[in-house]
Amino acid sequence: METEFTPITSLAGGALIGLSAVMLMASHGKIAGISGIVSRILPPAIQKESIPFGIIFILGLLLAVPIWNLFFVEIERQAVSDNYFILGIAGLLVGFGSSYGNGCTSGHGVCGLSRGSTRSIIATVTFMFTGFLTVYILRNTLGL
Amino acid sequence: MKYITLLFSGIIFGIGLVLSGMTNPLKVQNFLDLFGLWDPSLAFVMGGAIFVALPGFWLVQKQKKPFFSKEFDLPKRKDLDFRLIFGAGVFGIGWGIGGLCPGPALTSLTFFDFGIYIFVISMIMGMLIAKKI
Repeated sequence: METEFTPITSLAGGALIGLSAVMLMASHGKIAGISGIVSRILPPAIQKESIPFGIIFILGLLLAVPIWNLFFVEIERQAVSDNYFILGIAGLLVGFGSSYGNGCTSGHGVCGLSRGSTRSIIATVTFMFTGFLTVYILRNTLGL
Repeated sequence: MKYITLLFSGIIFGIGLVLSGMTNPLKVQNFLDLFGLWDPSLAFVMGGAIFVALPGFWLVQKQKKPFFSKEFDLPKRKDLDFRLIFGAGVFGIGWGIGGLCPGPALTSLTFFDFGIYIFVISMIMGMLIAKKI
């Protein structure tokens, strides 16, 4: 199913993500990489201070939708699959891959590219490529 | 103040994800469907974020230290290794299958549908496995 091309809201949303990353860097000196933030609150936690830091930031993420719903119209969303097995596999791969490769769309994609990190550029090209390939296979070969 | 700034950073990040369309898995998957129902919107998300973060980071790092901590905590590694490439590759496969990456997945928990809980619990299990090996 097609989705509407939304350059303006996507650009504005992206700018907010960038603003948040700059706030986090200016205030706490940390990279706004979600997989890293989550990964560091999981055992074994190496730095104790990462735990309250991560929990409060994630609490902010969890408040975003309720706050949005107070002020704006409901958001259009559509799950890719209602098959819980497939969602479980996807979650496992996302969690494993982002933690093993030290970053996801935010840490490597937004912050890493903005810092001009070679590792992040390579990581971003890699996950974009495997993402394209996966969707291509799912939709064209498996017909999902 | 330290924690208020942190909480607000989280809220702004989450609202950015919602506004940009990143919390809509179908939109993400269509972005990845380059030769099919391609929706280029998510390139604008990344563009908007980098447009703000690139000059923002540059300005911030001219300061001696962050407001609330002693020093900037930045990745220093420059080498490419198996973990980076393999991890990013696996992450991209999961991203393509589910249309969700970690930030949007967590933000979507407060949409309260069952599938997202399955996704996030599996994601945490995946992270625990990655930390073990």
